[in-house]
Amino acid sequence: MGGLFSHSLLVVTGKGGVGKSTVVAALGLAASREGLRTIVVEVAAREDISRLLGASEPAGPQGERALSSRLFHLSIEPQRTTEEYLRQQLPVGALGPLLSRSRIFSALTTATPGMRELLTIGKVWELARHGHLGEGGEPYDLVVLDAPATGHGVAMLEAPRTFASVARVGPIAKQGRAIASFLSDPGRTALLAVSTAEEMPVSETLQLRSQLRSGLGLDLERVIVNAVLPYRFDGRDERTLRVAPPSRARHAALFAAAWADQQRVQIARLRAGLEGIPMVTLPFIFQGALERAALERLSLELDV
Amino acid sequence: MSAATLMAGKRVCICAGAGGVGKTTTAAALALGLAVRGKRVAVMTIDPASGLASSLGLVRLGNEPAQVQPDLFAARGVALRGELWAMKLDAKRTFDELIHLLAPDENTREEILANRIYKELSTAVAGSQEFTAVAKLYELNASGRFDAIVVDTPPSRNALDFLDAPQRLNAFLEGRALRVLAAPSGVAAAIAARGGGLVFSALRRVTGVDLLTDLSAFFRVLSSVLSGFTERTTAVGRLLSDPATTFLVVTSPEPSPVEEAIFFCRRLRESGMPFGGLVVNRLRVLARHPGAIDQSAVTADLGGDGDLAARSLRALRDLRALARRDAAGLRRLTGELEGGQPILVPQLVGDAGEVTGLLDVERFLFATGRERSTLLAEHAF
Repeated sequence: MGGLFSHSLLVVTGKGGVGKSTVVAALGLAASREGLRTIVVEVAAREDISRLLGASEPAGPQGERALSSRLFHLSIEPQRTTEEYLRQQLPVGALGPLLSRSRIFSALTTATPGMRELLTIGKVWELARHGHLGEGGEPYDLVVLDAPATGHGVAMLEAPRTFASVARVGPIAKQGRAIASFLSDPGRTALLAVSTAEEMPVSETLQLRSQLRSGLGLDLERVIVNAVLPYRFDGRDERTLRVAPPSRARHAALFAAAWADQQRVQIARLRAGLEGIPMVTLPFIFQGALERAALERLSLELDV
Repeated sequence: MSAATLMAGKRVCICAGAGGVGKTTTAAALALGLAVRGKRVAVMTIDPASGLASSLGLVRLGNEPAQVQPDLFAARGVALRGELWAMKLDAKRTFDELIHLLAPDENTREEILANRIYKELSTAVAGSQEFTAVAKLYELNASGRFDAIVVDTPPSRNALDFLDAPQRLNAFLEGRALRVLAAPSGVAAAIAARGGGLVFSALRRVTGVDLLTDLSAFFRVLSSVLSGFTERTTAVGRLLSDPATTFLVVTSPEPSPVEEAIFFCRRLRESGMPFGGLVVNRLRVLARHPGAIDQSAVTADLGGDGDLAARSLRALRDLRALARRDAAGLRRLTGELEGGQPILVPQLVGDAGEVTGLLDVERFLFATGRERSTLLAEHAF
């Protein structure tokens, strides 16, 4: 994916149900195949990707887990992130453990608006920034974040900037600014959206793009269109099929043709709205559950 | 089961499920079906990215219900004997309205609305989005303007927050942290308080003085509307478990939405919430006797085009593979959830347009069991 893997952080978002986790897993596989030490990150303690990638090793003390020699996984859990944040990133020293045990503090971190998002994206930033040592004592070349679905994803990207402006001074403001500048540096962070060729996901992708541009001054680097059907029937075929006597085969062919036509309309709409942002399409997988072999196949499609 | 049976005696229906399973369409079609049958219905979406407006032929939806033009359906031969209204929740505005309603005096109201934390972040308070949604639902229900209200929720993990929102917000408002932070002289008093000193000085170093002061002011002014909120959340909690409320769990037969649906149904039962039924959308249906197909017969049907016949058969094989996968998902779902049969809606394709598409779904939702079997057989591969 020309140049995509030269970033430090890929933030992948998209509407629920479009196969975002599958794409993140496939991106992780593709990057690690290129020789990059890659970590895929899930938020809110979800384990979709580790399941997809067949993780068997237990997680290390930081929660990071080796899936292969160059591919790692982390599921960010807010509570642990809070403690780590206090321990490592803020100048509170010995007071850290006291704070993290304090009920007031834990209530405050869960109650303070946007704090969870800030801590989560802060952890991701920590992994991606230069000089951070990951599992095995070596830095990661690439962090791939399975960000929350569109609306919540934008909230997470906005959190550092919002906190920087609300807090004005102090460690949180300083850190918020550092994270915000990392996220808005197109050389280091790339924002990707996953969509399917359906009306609602396409609308949401375009809406996401306009939110990113107006709210944060950022743009998408690439859009990945998942589950695109093969193009099997042209207009002439459809006319022939329509006048044929009813049969299961005819019914299936007309259904597949109409479905693929519907997808083409949506892909065209997406392309028009993206104004030149590169689009990659991934094929529809018909057979069985999504297995490792299918994932490898998708990762090869991403690897162009 | 039919949606008509499901909604008998119900005033509120909350549609929940994973993302991308057609929840919005289901909610809209359910509301439409009720309006066709003479009810005055409001459909409310909470998902900011929802496509409800366009599927109802409205340009945009606001925080107050707008009536959907009956001509839209009349043009397709469907008369609305009742009325159909639609709205999209604006969490910030609803929160502001609540503050207006609950603030003891004008000064407090202005102080809350002007607080920077409130302005920038109030809708990000854990559960506040969901809480405002239920609060709006409560208000619509209490207004007596509608016979039925259908709610389209965000994807199910958030829908769980939806269930807990009133309690969580209450727990937060009545919690020790808020009481300490909201003490009359705010942080200063908290720092002076025994036991709190060390924690607060560490806190101040973490957050910076400004943020802590703003937070303290935020929590303090919020506490002035506390009793109003507590009353609200209790009433809203009662509405969710009211016998006239029902939860409709919407899913597709794909593996991961099925798991979410199972999880959600269990949670509903555990929390004593009224589970009404299950809708499985986007189903590919396997024919009752999906035998081998004679390629030469298909070729003959297609005027001797052997290549087109081969491609058609490949499409049939692919769709049958999907139908088998869907059947497995459906078995898992019905095996896990004893009781009522789910309402099945096949995947519908074609350039029928949104309104016609909505009417198609409505037909499946409100069909009787026998009608639905016939309809499904027509769609089988």
